[in-house]
Amino acid sequence: MNINKNIAVSDSGFVFNPTTGESYTVNPIGVEIIEMLKQEKSINEINQVLIGRYNADIVTIDKDVSDFINLLKLYSLIENQNAA
Amino acid sequence: MRPKIKIGVTGLNAIDNPGPGVAVIRGLLEASSFEASIIGLAYESLEPGIYMHDIVDRTYQIPYPTSGTDLLLERLTYIHEKESLDVIIPNFDAELFSFIKLEPKLKKMGINMFMPTLDQFEERLKVNLPKFGKKYNINVPKSESIYSVADFRKHKDDFEWPIVVKGKHYDAKIAYNKDQLQTHFNKISAKWGLPIIIQEFKHGSEFNVTGVGDGNGNTLSAVPMRKQYITEIGKAWGGIAITDSKLLDLTHHFIKETKWRGAFELELMKNKDGKFYLLEINPRIPAWVYLAVGVGQNIPELIVNLALGNEVEPITTFKAGKMFIRYSWEMIVDIEEFEKISTTGEL
Amino acid sequence: MDKFRYERPLIKKLESSMPNKFGMRTEYAPKTHIDGVAVADLISKYGSPVFVLSEKTIRSNVRKARKAFETRYPKVQFAWSYKTNYMDAVCRTFHQEGSWAEVVSGFEYDKAIHNGVEGSKIIFNGPDKSDDDLHKAISNNSIIHIDHFDEFYAIKEIATNLNITAKVAIRVNMDTGIYPMWDRFGFNFENGQAWDALNKIMRSDVMELVGLHTHIGTFMLSPNAYSVAAYKLAELAIGVREKYNHEVNYIDMGGGFASNNTLKGGYLPGVDISPSINEFAEAITSALINSNFRPDKLPLLILETGRALVDDAGFLLGSVLSNKRLSDGRRSTILDIGVNILFTSFWYDHKITPAQPFTQYTEETVLYGPLCMNIDVIREQISLPLLNKGDHVVIHNVGAYNMTQWMQFITLRPKIVMIDIDGKPHVIREGESLQNLLDVEKVPEHLEKFEL
Repeated sequence: MNINKNIAVSDSGFVFNPTTGESYTVNPIGVEIIEMLKQEKSINEINQVLIGRYNADIVTIDKDVSDFINLLKLYSLIENQNAA
Repeated sequence: MRPKIKIGVTGLNAIDNPGPGVAVIRGLLEASSFEASIIGLAYESLEPGIYMHDIVDRTYQIPYPTSGTDLLLERLTYIHEKESLDVIIPNFDAELFSFIKLEPKLKKMGINMFMPTLDQFEERLKVNLPKFGKKYNINVPKSESIYSVADFRKHKDDFEWPIVVKGKHYDAKIAYNKDQLQTHFNKISAKWGLPIIIQEFKHGSEFNVTGVGDGNGNTLSAVPMRKQYITEIGKAWGGIAITDSKLLDLTHHFIKETKWRGAFELELMKNKDGKFYLLEINPRIPAWVYLAVGVGQNIPELIVNLALGNEVEPITTFKAGKMFIRYSWEMIVDIEEFEKISTTGEL
Repeated sequence: MDKFRYERPLIKKLESSMPNKFGMRTEYAPKTHIDGVAVADLISKYGSPVFVLSEKTIRSNVRKARKAFETRYPKVQFAWSYKTNYMDAVCRTFHQEGSWAEVVSGFEYDKAIHNGVEGSKIIFNGPDKSDDDLHKAISNNSIIHIDHFDEFYAIKEIATNLNITAKVAIRVNMDTGIYPMWDRFGFNFENGQAWDALNKIMRSDVMELVGLHTHIGTFMLSPNAYSVAAYKLAELAIGVREKYNHEVNYIDMGGGFASNNTLKGGYLPGVDISPSINEFAEAITSALINSNFRPDKLPLLILETGRALVDDAGFLLGSVLSNKRLSDGRRSTILDIGVNILFTSFWYDHKITPAQPFTQYTEETVLYGPLCMNIDVIREQISLPLLNKGDHVVIHNVGAYNMTQWMQFITLRPKIVMIDIDGKPHVIREGESLQNLLDVEKVPEHLEKFEL
């Protein structure tokens, strides 16, 4: 799971990809996930961090995180799809 | 000393199909009766006016009219708390209805406007134009509302090809035969709904008049303009102020008969016999208003003074021999600014 | 340590666009309570989905409407349009507020009688009245609004046999400048058909012409069309007086006032553009007062307003079954509310709000119902906060035409609850059970047994 390292993420949740010139908005939990992806955490690790911090069950988190990561792929923010 | 007035202005989309906002602001900043500071009100984060910091102090995003007046009012209340607006000048066609509806509520909050009445707004809608022409004795091209192309058969003897096919709110295309009518009908109705208006095509040259009525039938300002260069989408890229007395008489007649309140733009066509036909009435300041300012009729300033209930004198003369030429111009903007308006809705 | 409230992660691409007509509609404020009762409590007690009606809103709507007309015109009578919502509890609320009954079928007629409405206070409309229905209506002294000549002759024969004078009016259709013109019901004004019918009635000795009726359309946004219609009916009534020296008792302007819903394809929301009841009242009453009626002989004004009095009193509560990503990246959300119980979603963009607080983050979503059918779409496009499975939503303005046009399809129809003026919920229609359906089914003997 290689997130494009050039991507700038601001506290306000603004994501700018200087390679493509596209920009995005992300909610706070999304920012956390992107930061963890940058630290090369695996999906499993990310899920564990989130379950410790948020009031939700693992099924919901697992489903939502993989949906989010799929969107990052759709937007080409994740460069290749080597499983973590 | 000139009083300081804080004015909210919409329509900051100064692009190739420009909104009037930036031109309005330039007029306001040149006003002699007050010192204006400008709060931009924008719908989209790329409206150029948002980034023109030398003329716009701060910009707030506002919700589209489709969200309803409640949400708009809520947002304006928030902006008003931060900025204490004295006046708002709405310039975006689709928002006028909502602002007219909100006028009494905004007035109570201390935000003033000078808008046409709801009756005036509706009477001049494209579908009502034939009735309007008849009622006020103004020449208008023949037009009919149709709900299907088959409906056109009923009227086909009244029209000659080509005809103009118009949407309820926007869009106009010329059809030279029935196939084209069908194509335009489908395209325009898919976007704007029914009815579709078919209008007699008038050959001739295009004229516009912008002005202000005081709501009692008096003309406070009127500047006619002939379009000199028209872009592919029908917008004036260059125009010249003219002193055609027929056009001015027609404008006075329009204001007197309708008791027009606020700013307006008349779109007219002059045929080869020298007769003027009224094609459309826009119930707002036009994008080319800076020409009026440039010839000595500061319409945005008038509107602010009228909104505030100040005494105003009619402006009856203007400098002839002035023209406007529009140009486009690139600004260099840091992405952080775009980020700020996109994520917080304020800049 | 307390955990943070969970919200699913969201990323939205910023589209660079300029103002255009198609700004997305955003419906932000959560609707957590209806008349003081928590939506979550209603769902946990009565299930999901569930229809909820506000008695308070119904009563306040009808009082406002009466006031709008009664302050402008001396004699006004409302008649509750059964087809709009014929739940007995709803009908009786209207009857308690003084409304007569307006029915369009034998079934609705029987329902009005069952609700205890006096025969003479039932107005019988519509093109479908069987001989039995007419027999009942004539015997009960009900008012029959004749729709076509076949009906005229049927009434003539039945009234003659019964030796009772039938109280009748005609429904008149006319050009009021609006599109489409409803010329399929009643007799046309412009081509003389209406006069033809009036002459026949006036020359019959078994019918008494008591009124004139029109119903110019549905979801009308133009008060002026009512003004035109009222003038035309007044002209007919005055014509009858001159020709036959007969005064009609009433003018019935029908229904059709728009509610606060937004029609599909409309630009501005209905709540901003629908005229108020006062505007309709002004148009109708000033037309009647300015017509040639003598001031002391103004006829009773009857209104069959349905939708505008009940739509905003109805809510449909439901839950999110699942969130899904479509092939093109769009978000879709599946609710437990299908088009079979929300029939009006075919022509309105219903206002839909979550029933719990949420952050400012929103996502464009397609809202689907639970039916295994491609047409089951509640909203093609709506900007909603991030809903999780099990979250509740409230669909607004569903009081008219849903509880009468809903279909039992694939699943069973849910409960209907009415919250009384003290904030107490009452079930006014039970949820359907399999047994309810089996009760009316029959299996031929040879199909009873099978082996698999």
